Amino acid sequence: MRTALVLLFLLTLAALPGSLVPQRSVDPLRTQQFATDNPTLARWYERLSLFEVYSSPWFAAIYLLLFVSLVGCVLPRSLGHLSAVRARPPAAPRNLDRLPVHESWTTSAGRADVLSTARGVLRKARFRVDDGDGSVAAERGHWRETGNLVFHLSLLLLLVAVALGNLFGFKGSVLVVEGRAFSNTVTAYDTFTGGAAFDEGSLAPFTVALDELAVRYQTSGDQRGAPRDFRAAVTYTPSPEAPEQRGVLRVNHPLTVDGTKVFLLGNGYAPVFTVRDATGAVVFSGPVPFLPRDGNMASTGVVKVPSAQPEQLGFEGLFLPTAVLDRQRGPVSAYPDTTLPRAVLTAFTGDLGVDDGSPQSVYSLDKRGLTQVRGDGGQPLAQSLAPGTTMDLPDGASITFDGVRRWASLQVARNPGTGPALAASVLALAGLMLSLFVRRRRVWVRVGDAPGGRTLVEVAGLARSEGESRDALAEEVGALAEQMGMEPRRGT
Amino acid sequence: MTSAGLAGLSNDLLYSAMAVYAIAMVSFAAELAFWGRRSTSPVSVPAGERELATVGAGTATSGAYAQQAQVPDDGRTSRSDRLGRAAVSLTVLAFALHLGSVVARGVSAERAPWGNMFEFSVTGALAVTGAFLVLLTRRDVRYLGTFVVLPVLLTLGLAVAVLYTESAQLVPALKSVWLVIHVSAAIIASGILTVAFAQTVLFLVQERFERRAPEARRRSFMDRLPSAAALDRSAYRMHAFAYPIWTFAVIAGAIWAENAWGRYWGWDPKEVWAFITWMVYTAYLHARATAGWKGRRAAYVALLGYATFLFNYLVVNIWLVGFHSYAGVG
Repeated sequence: MRTALVLLFLLTLAALPGSLVPQRSVDPLRTQQFATDNPTLARWYERLSLFEVYSSPWFAAIYLLLFVSLVGCVLPRSLGHLSAVRARPPAAPRNLDRLPVHESWTTSAGRADVLSTARGVLRKARFRVDDGDGSVAAERGHWRETGNLVFHLSLLLLLVAVALGNLFGFKGSVLVVEGRAFSNTVTAYDTFTGGAAFDEGSLAPFTVALDELAVRYQTSGDQRGAPRDFRAAVTYTPSPEAPEQRGVLRVNHPLTVDGTKVFLLGNGYAPVFTVRDATGAVVFSGPVPFLPRDGNMASTGVVKVPSAQPEQLGFEGLFLPTAVLDRQRGPVSAYPDTTLPRAVLTAFTGDLGVDDGSPQSVYSLDKRGLTQVRGDGGQPLAQSLAPGTTMDLPDGASITFDGVRRWASLQVARNPGTGPALAASVLALAGLMLSLFVRRRRVWVRVGDAPGGRTLVEVAGLARSEGESRDALAEEVGALAEQMGMEPRRGT
Repeated sequence: MTSAGLAGLSNDLLYSAMAVYAIAMVSFAAELAFWGRRSTSPVSVPAGERELATVGAGTATSGAYAQQAQVPDDGRTSRSDRLGRAAVSLTVLAFALHLGSVVARGVSAERAPWGNMFEFSVTGALAVTGAFLVLLTRRDVRYLGTFVVLPVLLTLGLAVAVLYTESAQLVPALKSVWLVIHVSAAIIASGILTVAFAQTVLFLVQERFERRAPEARRRSFMDRLPSAAALDRSAYRMHAFAYPIWTFAVIAGAIWAENAWGRYWGWDPKEVWAFITWMVYTAYLHARATAGWKGRRAAYVALLGYATFLFNYLVVNIWLVGFHSYAGVG
């Protein structure tokens, strides 16, 4: 028990840093940002696995030790309990009046009758009853220890369920713009994590198209602008041959396709641009997902046009669904819905750095090979565009802000450990309640001689579970004694 | 009545409840204070003989309570008793007003009244009073009054002064039947844990008090309280009652997380701290069964458990970044 206690404290302590240091598995972007901002600290954190506390070797070491100690404790106890359940209640002690709770009275009934009544009363009160020499021994409450053992064994089962999910499950996230679709393949996901034993071939071959994402915001009061409803209308095909089906995806209401669940996690804006290069050819046209930066959905993003001639083009943009000009901060968004949408753009020419195949963020420009396009006065060229308007660059290229669509970020996951984990949790809870609320008791009844040919009856009880006051037991033993024929007490 | 009207009514009821709570708390405190002065009475039993007296009293409740009933009225006792009874009545009245406020808030927003931190605090405080009143129907725990109403008042004060949020609809993430199940379980558990916390603190004080030689003890309102052993047992029972409810809240939260985010456990800061709280209370239950940890040490573990719960409620909601950022504060 002492070992278990120490390990419980250790595991608690070990879980703590994960809530203070950003975790890669929880928030990769914030983790990245933290590492960039604190490079020296990040190196140490990395060495100590502090960015991945819950999959770190030291965290695993503690919980595995805890489970080893659990098994080491629970197995012998299970065996002991098994024989205790089979065993007969211990025989009545010689002096019942030395027990903490004790009642006695005399009766004219014969010994055998008294003992037979006692047996009946105790059996009715769900005691296991055993006969002794002029006495009856009874015991109740083995469910307490059974529950305790079930609780501990369920925790083992829970560990197995978690391992099952980690081995065979997968989790992918993907950003889908209205009007586009994605298919459930590893390459279609923006991020994908599969378990060690996960087989890519086991992915269900479905596709999901996002038809429309409807968003509603609070329009008044001090929570104006707070989101109130997200609804993604989707069309999906469970497998290539199957007919199309329609569905609605909402937060808290995932779509289940063939055992895989699709969750709506977030949303944002994807302004639609058309870019023409200096030759007048359309070199880019389509929606570009921007990432929201604040509660009013001011979003930033970039447009990269590697095929523009004579030089590659890049644009940095700020999208404001409800644009207002703030004296201090410049253009900001005052409301998350599109009441006055504007795209504020700056332009760059040169080398985007995408040709050598090295990975690059689609949300930022690598400006090492780029020069900012400047206007006539030498100022950087920047323009706020309303839908349908165009910004012209000095060399004849142009970018048109055609309009805006929404995007949804979807999480797709399958975890075969979920069902077993739930079963283990429910079992653990049931066991826990038995172990806390079932009362373990022993009760003995002994008969003897009393003056005048009467029979002396003694009843005594012993509580065998924690946190019980003597009073509760006394009350119970008193009630049993009354049923066996004792005169009721006044007012207790 | 309009939604805004109901929200206004809810606030008015809440302020009234706070006023009544304040009077109730003063009455509870006065009961203890006046009881302490009863020591001039010739029939008072020296503190050292208390345990003996109790054992002699047979099956009566333990501690000083038993005697109080047996000691003849000497004027002061009855005054103290009248104060105590008045305090209980006032607490029931405050609870009714408080409940009315919570219900009006729920009706005004057309949803469960625990959608942001203000509402969680107000409903949580209601659960604390509720747990106390339910316990009061089963056992004579009037001595706890001051120590239960005080945290209730502090929580409500914090709620109206710092956390206040207008009645409004929920963010989509909270629109789920699991909001009702998961959060209500957490609220009930925290109500019981708060009462258990008060009992644990009193146990530690009483235990210290009892360790002093009877001659060295000054008369104190601690004489009015049950023995350390009885307080310890009672605190354990409350903890043991709250623990499965907290466990259920965590499991329900995991089911909801699976429904909303596609994973049942993701080590989000709120989840981490719910886990930490669960672990510390697990350690408390273990400690009570471990040699050398019973009594005082186990009580310290319970206090630590309550501290982690408070951290989860106050710090995690507001300062730590995570999925559970529904505080609606700031």
